[in-house]
Amino acid sequence: MMGSEDDEAQQARLFTSTDAMESLVLDQSPHPFLSNSDYRSAMSGSTALDESHHPLSSPRHDSSQKSFKDSYRKSFQDSSNSSSSRKSFREADLVEPPSYADAIFTPYMGEASSVNGNGREVGNSSSSSLQSFPVYSDTLIITVTQPQKSQESGGSIVPGGSSYVTYLITTRTNIPEYRGTDFNVRRRFRDVVTLGDRLADAYRGYFIPPRPDKSIVESQVMQKAEFIEQRRVALEKYLSRLAAHPVLRRSNELRLFLQFQGKLPLTPTTDMASRMLDGAVNLPRQLFGESSTVVPPQEASQPAKGGRDLVRLFKELKQSVTNDWGGVKPAVFEEDKAFLEKKEKLQDLEKQLGDASQQAEILVKAQQDVGEVMGELGLAFIKIAKFETEEMGTNPQRIHANDAKRIGTAAVKASRFYREANAQSVKHLDQLHEYLGLMQALHAAYADRSNALLTVQTLMTDLQANNLKVEKLNVAASKFFGVDKNRNRKIEELKEAVKVNEEARDCAQQEYDRIKERNRTELERFEKDRRRDFLNMIRGFVMTQVGYAEKIANVWTKVGEEASNGLSGKSLEASSSGSSTPN
Amino acid sequence: MISRVRLMQPGQFFQQSSRAGGPQSPPADQPFLSISVTDPVKLGNGVQSYISYRVSTKTNMQEYRGSEKIVIRRYSDFVWLHDRLVEKHKGLFIPPLPEKSAVEKFRFSAEFIEVRRRALDVFLNRIASHPQLRSSEDLKNFLQADEEVWAMEKARLLEGSIFKKKPTDLMQMFKEVQTKVTDVVLGKDKPLEESDPQYEKMKHYVDDLEDHLSEAQKQSFRLVKRQRELGQGLADFGKAVKALGDCEGGSLGKAFSELGGQSDLLSVKLQLQAQDLLMNFEEPIKEYVRIIQSIKAVMVDRAQAYRLQKDLSEACKLKELNLEKMRLVRPDKVGESEVDVREVSFFSFGSHERFNFFGDPMKVQSEEARARFQQIVRLMDQEMERFQEEKTKDLGAILQDFARTQAQLAADTADAWRSLLPELDKCTQEDMQTLNSSP
Repeated sequence: MMGSEDDEAQQARLFTSTDAMESLVLDQSPHPFLSNSDYRSAMSGSTALDESHHPLSSPRHDSSQKSFKDSYRKSFQDSSNSSSSRKSFREADLVEPPSYADAIFTPYMGEASSVNGNGREVGNSSSSSLQSFPVYSDTLIITVTQPQKSQESGGSIVPGGSSYVTYLITTRTNIPEYRGTDFNVRRRFRDVVTLGDRLADAYRGYFIPPRPDKSIVESQVMQKAEFIEQRRVALEKYLSRLAAHPVLRRSNELRLFLQFQGKLPLTPTTDMASRMLDGAVNLPRQLFGESSTVVPPQEASQPAKGGRDLVRLFKELKQSVTNDWGGVKPAVFEEDKAFLEKKEKLQDLEKQLGDASQQAEILVKAQQDVGEVMGELGLAFIKIAKFETEEMGTNPQRIHANDAKRIGTAAVKASRFYREANAQSVKHLDQLHEYLGLMQALHAAYADRSNALLTVQTLMTDLQANNLKVEKLNVAASKFFGVDKNRNRKIEELKEAVKVNEEARDCAQQEYDRIKERNRTELERFEKDRRRDFLNMIRGFVMTQVGYAEKIANVWTKVGEEASNGLSGKSLEASSSGSSTPN
Repeated sequence: MISRVRLMQPGQFFQQSSRAGGPQSPPADQPFLSISVTDPVKLGNGVQSYISYRVSTKTNMQEYRGSEKIVIRRYSDFVWLHDRLVEKHKGLFIPPLPEKSAVEKFRFSAEFIEVRRRALDVFLNRIASHPQLRSSEDLKNFLQADEEVWAMEKARLLEGSIFKKKPTDLMQMFKEVQTKVTDVVLGKDKPLEESDPQYEKMKHYVDDLEDHLSEAQKQSFRLVKRQRELGQGLADFGKAVKALGDCEGGSLGKAFSELGGQSDLLSVKLQLQAQDLLMNFEEPIKEYVRIIQSIKAVMVDRAQAYRLQKDLSEACKLKELNLEKMRLVRPDKVGESEVDVREVSFFSFGSHERFNFFGDPMKVQSEEARARFQQIVRLMDQEMERFQEEKTKDLGAILQDFARTQAQLAADTADAWRSLLPELDKCTQEDMQTLNSSP
């Protein structure tokens, strides 16, 4: 099994360094920083940013942490602008901005372009969510680009073969294990599935980010540009999340995926059916005693649901039934009350998250709608203004045309701001969706734990049973005189089996304990990240709303000023200047 | 909810036009007529239920008995007044009524009643500020007649239904004329229409203006709807976020609670503002669309008047021609029998009096029709000018108000969200403290 031995040690190291970094980061109150970057990218439009948007607006790139840290520490070579960016940030931080509008919309120059080597190919900011990332001492930046159609190579009887899409995976890193800094490989979606499955096998108990869905769709849909683009974005997000996970980013599986040229050297996931088939083949041998029915120790730390060992599957199933219905508590059971409480709370959290995420979507759409109709209203008035200046052209008409044009233009401006505000809000509120997705990972991790426990329990039951058999045979032997060769042989076999069983049980117990520990640390990390990310989300969202509301208010107030300054002040009656002054 | 909406006085913009002085109290020598429609009350039951309104008049005009009067009227009474004015004042743009509605009437929602009440108020005040219409006898009766008198008056007029038909004499003449003129008219495919280029321009202008204003009204209605939806969205979001906060607990939970709280507050503000937008922006624009439709009705009148005077003048010419032919062919036969002299009785246009005299009825009618038509043309020009002035003023005020309320809403929104920030800072600090203190 990969990566399990020095796992914890590694983890411990990582966490302490991360903690130190995080507290440092938080000290400097990064929020205006975050907002600045994102608004800058928003201001320049949502697609293809020439000055290459700020890394923080793209998902889960460690580069973001890099430049982030660079603002605080000069110890990394990559950034050339670190000092300037740091300074400007400090200033912005110290001086209380007169209005959030100004603070937010001052373009944040500097670190973005040169530091983040991704340039144009970074995923669209429109697709990304804002996240502050744990800060690591080394970097791992992954981008996914250039989808290409490929044909499945020949050898098949069917002419033409099926086509599939490959993506270019570009990696930049300075993690030592990689022995290199830049890599480019082409992978297809199937490879990603394999990666996900292998990680799930090897890293039981960790909160492994969920991979993008397979889609059971027509090949027609598969080819559509939109679908491919969506998938590309999703893949980039997924890989970046893996790169942000303290343990998974060092995994061999990920490394092989990212750097190994040619066919992915990970065992592909055979489908359930063929696994069951393998198991079924083995079953008769197991039943007739030719193949061992005892789970060998190394397999004991693997989940039974692999499917190959049917007998084990059945045993564990039986065990779970016994647990549920037997009324007798198994020897080892989930005793961590705190864990069970936590689990309940997490279920509640998941539900609330789901609600909030849904309502956030609705809210965002409603805001979008208001912005849209405001724009159309503005256009209607601008058209009226044009119409009145063309036709007939009496003096009141001219005045009216001015009024209408002013209001119309203001409405169109306001409409643009509404929509920008919305695009920003989406990015912030996206955190809710992100964490909702992450709940999947939690479920999987806790399932790993239950499965491991089940294996332990099963093996213990087995052990008990075997020991009982040995006892019985011994008792029987003691009652007879003479030697029963058969019986003796059987006793020896059983003793052997018991030994293996004990070993297996120990292995399984170890695995279970390991998984428990991983659950615990991951949960801690999850809680910490979640609190930090949600606070940032709230803050970011609120600041967006404030900034844009101020801008919109300005637009409308200016209109009022223009009017009272005399444009429509020359009214038809000398006394009715009062009618146009807003009060 | 409706009572809390800021009331932009519906009559305020044209009250200013009718008086040079401040809105408080006009100088005593200026004629002043101020009307308000208030207190809708549901009367009757079931299918026959209706809403009655209190109409209060304040005036210093001599024609009115006393300076203040209050009467009770219902929607159909307003309709009566409107139709009478249309009949009697061809060429003038009669202010429009709020829509009749066969369906909503039964539902009588509070919003519908309020919208209608305001529109009726505006209707009466527009009449009161119209230089010619304000002295209308029908208006006076409407504003002053006590209920019994009013009921009698209506009944009488309905029976006589004089105002529903054209003056009978004219009708007779017209029928005679028709037969003689038919062959002349039938020769042409198109009905007779004016060919005045200025008027053509005006017609096109009015048509296009109606389209533009309708579009503006449509969009403003959509804005109201969407603002309501946004308000609802904020309320739901606030609730969900608060629940999430309860779940999270700690400083994060507090942050979520605050977020949810502000969301709720804003939602209420938005709903109020949407209501305001409906009453003070969308409905006034809608009223202007109706005004344009009343202008179009006057155009129809004008076309009819044109056709009538054209037909009559053609008939007259024809008659002359025949007379001439007769004179040439049978000079002796031309005598009294041909020259049409009869006692003619007709309505004098303008003074609405009947009088009799001797003369050629057809010539008289023709003259009268021409006079009527020309008066309509003259009045229309005046009215068009007045319309432009009123429109600029009214819409100008409406647009200003719209900008002001939008500015206010945006400022309130900014304030509401901004108030969260110190709280959030506190929460972040608390969170950091717990982080640092935990092992």
